[in-house]
Amino acid sequence: MAVNTMLEFERPVIEMEQKIDELRKMSDTLDLSNEISKLEARLKEARKKIFSSLTPWQIVQLARHPERPYTLDYIYLMTENFIELHGDRYYGDDKAVVGGFASIDDQTVMIIGQQKGRDTKSNLYRNFGMPNPEGYRKALRLMKLAEKFNKPVITLIDTPGAFPGIEAEERGQAEAIAKNIFEMSRLQVPIIVVIIGEGASGGALGMGVGDRILMLQYCWYSVISPESCSQILWRSWDFKEQAAEALKLTSQDMLDLKIVDRIVEEPEGGAHRDHNQAAQLLKAALLEEIEIVSKIKKDKLLDNRVKKFGEMGYFKD
Amino acid sequence: MAWFKRNKENIQTETPKQDVPDGMWIKCPECSELMHRKQWEANSYLCIKCDHHFRIGSSEYFKLIIDEDTLKEFDKKMKSVDPLHFTDTKPYAKRIDDTIKKTDLHDAIRTATGEINGKDVVIACMDFDFIGGSMGSVVGEKISRAIDKAIKNKCPLIIISSSGGARMMEGAISLMQLAKTSAKLAKLDEEKIPYISLLTNPTTGGASASYAMLGDFNIAEPKALIAFAGPRVVKQATGKELPKGFQKSEFLLEHGFIDFIVNRKDLKQKLSQLLGLIS
Repeated sequence: MAVNTMLEFERPVIEMEQKIDELRKMSDTLDLSNEISKLEARLKEARKKIFSSLTPWQIVQLARHPERPYTLDYIYLMTENFIELHGDRYYGDDKAVVGGFASIDDQTVMIIGQQKGRDTKSNLYRNFGMPNPEGYRKALRLMKLAEKFNKPVITLIDTPGAFPGIEAEERGQAEAIAKNIFEMSRLQVPIIVVIIGEGASGGALGMGVGDRILMLQYCWYSVISPESCSQILWRSWDFKEQAAEALKLTSQDMLDLKIVDRIVEEPEGGAHRDHNQAAQLLKAALLEEIEIVSKIKKDKLLDNRVKKFGEMGYFKD
Repeated sequence: MAWFKRNKENIQTETPKQDVPDGMWIKCPECSELMHRKQWEANSYLCIKCDHHFRIGSSEYFKLIIDEDTLKEFDKKMKSVDPLHFTDTKPYAKRIDDTIKKTDLHDAIRTATGEINGKDVVIACMDFDFIGGSMGSVVGEKISRAIDKAIKNKCPLIIISSSGGARMMEGAISLMQLAKTSAKLAKLDEEKIPYISLLTNPTTGGASASYAMLGDFNIAEPKALIAFAGPRVVKQATGKELPKGFQKSEFLLEHGFIDFIVNRKDLKQKLSQLLGLIS
């Protein structure tokens, strides 16, 4: 796919790819197969080297890559028959949250996620993926519909945080998030949560309680963004790399801490390099997970869910 | 060689900082009224002139609400263990130890059973003095066990919140305490056991986005800051002037998120009255 935005550490890889492309174009008249395969080997090596030793801050940058697939990309690439449902029935329709019924390999699911925009105009429309209270209330309304019609819920998490706006506070951002967490912990149908980009604090968890928690490889999940953490604890914006390190926010950290159950691999170089492959990898994982949770009896499923979160925490008695 | 070396001992230019001892005078930060500590204590830790609600901790709330000699604290010694080996300007483990020494508390919450005018309750009260009342694993676990106890004893739960939010030094683990406590509260709800949440100044971030907002009754002290994102963050994010009284108890009452505001002087009587009506 065409590359419009390049992160600094991606540069060597992308430049080599462009070189290979150029050589391919010249191959009509010249035999360059030797050179090409040599370069391809070097490319593979370089990519492996860079992506096997990413720093937490580089992972945060990948999670925010402007060409990364977003919720609606995954929905269109993984599911069929998607019917988007709008509104919280109390106040409005939050464009930072999308959701509706869809079929994934003939199985109906309720799929809901935070939605970012691709450019300034669509980002303003989507509020940069930062939900207002009505976004959380819409999500809960849709989950209750899924419960009513006995369909599993899939939530896709990708938010820099719940919106810290005046109106958001007036309309009860805290209450909206608290209520979602509360209700999701006892929703009578299976819930599979996937962190597909940024998992920022309460804004993420407000749609992030479930039976199985998945996380794409190059995402972050924590209680605060590295920038805000730097600002609060170091009293300066300059310690974001250290904060990213200290917060232990990568998918591997989350798996080690048992906060997520499974890491979903991304295409070589990250999900933004191949949307379709990223979606197919996630779809395959989701189908396996749906099968796992569908086999568990309802009472057991709900007990396990409360127990799962009940066991999170480290302390000395 | 120090030129200005003090050669006379026993001259102290500064007294070490300490809590206001008995017999000292207290100045109200709102109206500047001077009052004697004993007057202040007898007035439920309010300013005797303007009713300013001074920030107090769990010991004071327990004294105010719980009948004498009925308080039984549990999980007294539970302590955080620094799961991430977190270091900012100071290692988290050291921050914990220093704060324990300084405050004589073990973490930002204490939990107990006790009686309110003869009625059994389980009560949890946060201490803002302990790292800004931040919620980490210990706060989550102690609330979770308090809920278990309320279910087991079939008696009402009261949580008094005073918190800046989740504890950053425990990263995503502290975030998960929102889910842990809320999931347990859902169980309490199914058992039809009453839960009263008292929000005091301040209750923000992770605390307000979980247990503090999930009471059957959400009640607040006057003029307490109650928010998801604090006013500084909102101002920075929006660049707008904040409305008068924004995010104060009275503002939340007006917008429908608080059942009523209670003056600390009436707190015990109100709790007792409410519990009496629903038991």
